[in-house]
Amino acid sequence: MREVHVDQIRDTVQRLCQEAACLLPEDVVGALQTARKREESPVAIKVLDQILLNADLAREEMLPLCQDTGTTVLFLDLGQDVHITGGDLHEALSAGVGAGYREGFLRASIVDRPFSSRTNTKDNTPPIVHTEIVPGDQLRIQVMPKGGGCENMSRFTIMLPSAGKPGITEFLLRTVDESGGNPCPPIIAGVGIGGTAEHAMYMAKRALTRKIGDPNPDAEEAEFEAELLDAVNALGVGPQAVGGTQTAMGVHVMTHPTHIASLPVAVNLQCHSARLKEAVL
Amino acid sequence: MAEHQITLPLSDDVIESLRAGDYVYLSGPVYTARDAAHKRMVETLARGEQLPIDIRGATIYYVGPTPAKPGEIIGSAGPTTAMRMDPFTVPLLEAGLKGAIGKGGRGPEVASALAGHKAVYFLAVGGAGALLGRQITGVEIVAYEDLGTEAIRLMQLEDFPAVVCNDIYGGDALEAGKAKWRHAV
Repeated sequence: MREVHVDQIRDTVQRLCQEAACLLPEDVVGALQTARKREESPVAIKVLDQILLNADLAREEMLPLCQDTGTTVLFLDLGQDVHITGGDLHEALSAGVGAGYREGFLRASIVDRPFSSRTNTKDNTPPIVHTEIVPGDQLRIQVMPKGGGCENMSRFTIMLPSAGKPGITEFLLRTVDESGGNPCPPIIAGVGIGGTAEHAMYMAKRALTRKIGDPNPDAEEAEFEAELLDAVNALGVGPQAVGGTQTAMGVHVMTHPTHIASLPVAVNLQCHSARLKEAVL
Repeated sequence: MAEHQITLPLSDDVIESLRAGDYVYLSGPVYTARDAAHKRMVETLARGEQLPIDIRGATIYYVGPTPAKPGEIIGSAGPTTAMRMDPFTVPLLEAGLKGAIGKGGRGPEVASALAGHKAVYFLAVGGAGALLGRQITGVEIVAYEDLGTEAIRLMQLEDFPAVVCNDIYGGDALEAGKAKWRHAV
């Protein structure tokens, strides 16, 4: 049993929150540069130039890429041979987020009592935590600051099993088309297919943690992703919805076996400021 | 793509000269307001009371900035989704609002009210908050300080880049842009 102290977890989360807010991952910068080369609409090119300049400035001066520093979503892959010591794991995660946001001058965007007083918790806590128990003796922590504009455009449905690929394609296209500029295109579209209602949405979000350009290991899913990406980009929505050829940087599909009666489909969109930072303890 | 250097507040002449899809650089004062401040302002108007700011001729920027680092006046400050302000926008137009800056499109009711009240809606680039923060040269909280990032601020913009989305002639840059670039797979 390998021991990991909660203080190390707290400090790591604090650092990751601050880095994630300011440093756009290299795969995303690369995808935006590619989009800039491929885009044909003059206004959309100006938009992409601003987005790329913004990423440079944020990196050089450690400024938040976007004023919406998001809901802090944490993905933990916890090795089954890890023993967490020194206190409560969830308190440590929350303490790390709180310190990261307060000391990093990041925006506190979380409100308590969502249907009534909506009182700001002042330090962006609590985070949303997803934990998977995996083989091994390491703890991987991924921090995804998820903006409200793109999260608000999430969609979920359960289709008839016969709906198949055409039904899923139509659902994704309608979601992206109706979302327009709200999720800040060029987006990454996470698509969770199968499982149950809550698992489909989890997969849609988890699929966003895959690097852009990393192939889906399943050949059939990889082919479907390529078809979906072409279809999304044919919508003409374009960067910030000003019209153009580059609406999405990627479509990431994740699937799970499902019930004979069901075809759950969830869509979770990620904005062009696709922030993600990870550490392995 | 026409380009304009615009000094705020917006005059009727300037508003009449703008067409959906034009690229603009805005300089001058704007008020900031998001969801919570809009709700309060519209409730105030519904009670027949005075707003805490002079909305006549004003432009509102839909933004909730990050806290300023020491030595800075503001942090990152890009636009938020305009559609969420749709339910509150018509009463503000009736009270004299002339411009708004946000991201994403507006509903049909707001689009026609903009035209009817001779007002325009500008798009700024969402997710470019670090860069856009550099085009803000003054910030002062003027109302609803208890709302924190959602408080109403008086901001001075300098060469702030934006695109005319809805003009007073019914033009919509997003609809036109999509129609131009949409194609079959």
